[in-house]
Amino acid sequence: MSNLDDLYRRVIMDHYKNPRNKGTLADGSAGRLPEQSTESPTRVTVNLNNPTCGDRISLQLQIEDGIVKDAKWGGEGCSISMSSASMMSDAVKGKPTAEALELADKFSSLMQGKEAEFDEYEDIEALSGVNKFPARIKCATLAWNALRKGVEQGHGQHEGIEQ
Amino acid sequence: MKAEFPILHQEINGHPLVYLDNAATTQKPRSVLEAVRKYYEWDNANVHRGVHTLGSRATDAYEGAREKVARFLNAASTREIVFTRGTTAALNLAASGYARQTLREGDEIVITPMEHHSNLIPWQQAAKATGATLKYIPLQPDGTVTLADVESTVTPNTKIVAITCVSNVLGTVNPIAEIAKIAHRQGAVIVVDGAQSTPHMKVDVRALDIDFYALSGHKMCAPTGIGVLYGKAQLLERMEPIEFGGEMIDFVELYDSTWKELPWKFEGGTPIIAGAVGLGAAIDFLEQIGLPTIEAHERKLVRYGMERLSAIDGLTMYGPREDRAGLITFNLGDVHPHDVATVLDTEGIAVRAGHHCCQPLMKWLQVSATARASFYLYNTEQDVDRLAEALVKTKEFFGDE
Repeated sequence: MSNLDDLYRRVIMDHYKNPRNKGTLADGSAGRLPEQSTESPTRVTVNLNNPTCGDRISLQLQIEDGIVKDAKWGGEGCSISMSSASMMSDAVKGKPTAEALELADKFSSLMQGKEAEFDEYEDIEALSGVNKFPARIKCATLAWNALRKGVEQGHGQHEGIEQ
Repeated sequence: MKAEFPILHQEINGHPLVYLDNAATTQKPRSVLEAVRKYYEWDNANVHRGVHTLGSRATDAYEGAREKVARFLNAASTREIVFTRGTTAALNLAASGYARQTLREGDEIVITPMEHHSNLIPWQQAAKATGATLKYIPLQPDGTVTLADVESTVTPNTKIVAITCVSNVLGTVNPIAEIAKIAHRQGAVIVVDGAQSTPHMKVDVRALDIDFYALSGHKMCAPTGIGVLYGKAQLLERMEPIEFGGEMIDFVELYDSTWKELPWKFEGGTPIIAGAVGLGAAIDFLEQIGLPTIEAHERKLVRYGMERLSAIDGLTMYGPREDRAGLITFNLGDVHPHDVATVLDTEGIAVRAGHHCCQPLMKWLQVSATARASFYLYNTEQDVDRLAEALVKTKEFFGDE
């Protein structure tokens, strides 16, 4: 089960069993409703799912002055998709949106079996084992795709289906 | 038996393959592979039009396969056997052809929550298009239906009862003959999804008095891309084609055309000739072993499997305990089924994980997904042992964190 050990390293199981930033953003002063917002701060909600396997994520981002001030998520799915969402939310919090997107690009490289370093978020590198399991790559990338959609969209509600 | 199936003789991740995803698709025996190869190497031509020798041979091979299917299902005539792409296409033909052309507002279509999406969405769409109402026969806690519930759901307004013979998730075997009687008493036709029954048990469409019956070749040792819609001749006669083009016409004029006789009016375009030949060979193969023998073998395996799996702490199985088809749908504690399937794959064991194209049923079971091991004639008790042992390993792997 050595490949498995690579895949399900303890760090993944830790994020799966003790997910970071799970929940929803608190209502109140921090954000305005999308229809009221003309500029920052902006609150974005992205719902994505994986119709083939049923994994789903709802990601909320609080973006102020081009910075991801807060990230919360909910959803259900396998250990790979949920631990990836947990790690992603930790990594992008406090980052300028451009840097968050760079992290998403790095994560894509990691899934293609390329070297990628995440510095203080080295937990993410534990997911490198996923590239040996092609059927599971879309589990790992679900949360990052939600992040891309959220940042790129910048404002308003978004409902989507991950193909 | 495994000797007949070349694909089964390989290692997956360092372990001999144990293929337990037969409800999704089955493997192909040498005789089927050989029949398809021989067709392409010797007989290939287009059907129903060639004056040349190959054209005649191809037509004979294709129509010969139709005769085998008619005999296999005990249809009254080959006119009642329409070749399709598979069960999905067959059910869509019944829904787009028969249902949409005959239903009126106020009519009812009755189905169950255990249906595969392919026996659910075509009826949703037909109901929307015609103003008919879609009604559900409720499920019992063990995933079966009672005849009393069928009686009370099917009314004089019901025009179609569409139900699966065997559930691809629960393993439930529905009492089709009795349900057909109730449907007919109220003046409705019965459409049966035979995807999970045809490969595993003897089905006699006349003895069961089924009006429409759909099946897929690839779930019964034949190639993908071939399936069948059986329909009683008087019902098929009333239906207009839903696909138009070559092969299905009688005379074509500039502003009007007429159709061929049954069953060809429903087979527009060049058909899946090699697939039909493969299906014919698969029927020969299955009949040689005997459907009752296959059914008995699977029933024994599923009993043994449920016994082995019920000994695993924290494992939940779904569907009836007794009198069920040869598949086991389960969850292993709070380990997600995709994780279960990945760990089993590293042990060389192929199972399905997900919603199995049954999202309403998943909701009814109150789960988002399940894992499923489904058996066929080549599976053995040793395969079940490998599954049980790997599940124990899976549990340990996720449990000790």
